[in-house]
Amino acid sequence: MNSNQNQDLQRYNANERSNHWAVALLFVMAALSGLALFHPALFWMTNLFGGGPWTRILHPFIGVAMMLFFLGLAFRFAGRNRFKAHDRQWLSQWRDMISNREENLPRIGKYNAGQKLLFWVLVVSMLALLFSGIVIWREYFSGFFGIGVIRFASLLHAVAAFVLISSIIVHIYAAIWVKGSVGAMTSGKVSRAWARKHHALWYDEVRKNQR
Amino acid sequence: MATQDIIARSATTTPSPSVRQTDEVAKLIDTTVCIGCKACQVACSEWNDLRDEVGDNVGVYDNPTDLTADSWTVMRFDEHETSEGDLEWLIRKDGCMHCEDPGCLKACPSPGAIVKYDNGIVDFDQDKCIGCGYCITGCPFDVPRISQKDNKAYKCTLCSDRVSVGLEPACVKTCPTGAIVFGTKDDMKEHANWRIQDLKGRGYENAGLYDPPGVGGTHVMYVLHHADKPQLYSDLPRDPAISPLVGAWKGVAKPLAMLAMAATAAAGFFHYIRIGPNRVSKEDEAAVEQDSAQAGSNSPEAGGKSDEQ
Ligand code: HEM
Ligand code: SF4
Repeated sequence: MNSNQNQDLQRYNANERSNHWAVALLFVMAALSGLALFHPALFWMTNLFGGGPWTRILHPFIGVAMMLFFLGLAFRFAGRNRFKAHDRQWLSQWRDMISNREENLPRIGKYNAGQKLLFWVLVVSMLALLFSGIVIWREYFSGFFGIGVIRFASLLHAVAAFVLISSIIVHIYAAIWVKGSVGAMTSGKVSRAWARKHHALWYDEVRKNQR
Repeated sequence: MATQDIIARSATTTPSPSVRQTDEVAKLIDTTVCIGCKACQVACSEWNDLRDEVGDNVGVYDNPTDLTADSWTVMRFDEHETSEGDLEWLIRKDGCMHCEDPGCLKACPSPGAIVKYDNGIVDFDQDKCIGCGYCITGCPFDVPRISQKDNKAYKCTLCSDRVSVGLEPACVKTCPTGAIVFGTKDDMKEHANWRIQDLKGRGYENAGLYDPPGVGGTHVMYVLHHADKPQLYSDLPRDPAISPLVGAWKGVAKPLAMLAMAATAAAGFFHYIRIGPNRVSKEDEAAVEQDSAQAGSNSPEAGGKSDEQ
């Protein structure tokens, strides 16, 4: 028997993991600095960034940096996130998923339909944040836009940030809920049983490539 | 003005001190009396120690051509041809209108950077301003300006410093024709009424007071010859109000989004408590061992290939 057969499976390489955590850290900073200006109850969070003016100065730069890294991540992962026929079936059985009856669900590849949905929601909301963020960036760019566009962008930026932050809350919870997932983004490895249970087609594929 | 007199404060969700009641004030600008001499512009920069950069003459009397962080009031000149073919020179002193429901204050994210005093004056506290420019986005009259020097927002204070010690604003004090008057809002309305009667008697049948209800009325009001067409006066908005986009953004969106984000996190927490983690079971592990044993012996597993690339 091949000793290989009992080792954990590689899910993300070092570059993918670094890219993911760069986006994650910058996202947290962008979200905290943005939320500080969104609701008065959170204005105290400007202290985390050196006060109100510094928060206003830093936030857009943090956002742009996050965008650049996110683009890298999006290009790495887009191919694996294309919707397939079985994804519709999977989505229609979402109740089985959240009730931990995963065995009733169709066998899926590297990502399930929920993860794919999240991926595309992130892409759309990040792009909306980028474009609206530039319009409301008073110091350099707002002068190029009319007041109607600026008002619309202000609302869009807040809505897109809300969608993004809510989606990430779900994303983080999913990592806590499905035990064994976090290792995929820290060490890069997952157990074979984890892969077989949650991503059966990917499990088959990796094993085949190993032989 | 005393902190007791602040009745509204930006980015603040609890009531501001509202026990004391003082009379609402207003500045009344009578465009029909104004001769466009700009003494008020000068008085404003004198009293407030502001020296705007000297610009270029662009061929009309407007100078400077727009409000800036150093020019809190500017005269705007419009040439209007009446239906009878007469030429009218419509001159409007532009600046902060001191809305009863100020869009800047609604939009500002910094607690206390914009305040409204109970006499109606809307004032910026530059020390608390973070320079985001949301006030510009919120203002229905395009008034606040951010200084290039310090990234703080500035606009007319209605001379809150003078008014608080019983003086009238500098522009009012200096106006040589009496086109600008200052007092309680009620007195100013009365004064305007008398002016409007006079104008109507002279053939200006559309003369009227500009005190737009869409922003709850303003503490700077105009007497206009053509109150039916305020746009004639360098685009004075006909029916100004806080934009519905701004209203949604800094209104319902705030509590709703906060609630929804908290609810999402709570849903996760209770899912974990009620349904619990999704773990790999003993059977899953046994199945893996079986797979491996099979693969080790002979036949390639029949698992099928991934549909992913
Ligand atoms: C993609 C690049 C981004 C740019 C250029 C950008 C730009 C801006 C700007 C200019 C502001 C106004 C305050 C300021 O001047 O600092 C702002 C506010 C805000 N941003 Fe961003 N941002 C970006 C990304 C993000 C991201 C990723 C998030 C959330 C995770 C976010 C959340 C927010 C929030 C919540 C506000 C406050 C909105 C409000 O007051 O309603 N932004 N952003
Ligand atoms: S620029 Fe200053 S006054 Fe204007 S909204 Fe931002 S913090 Fe408030």
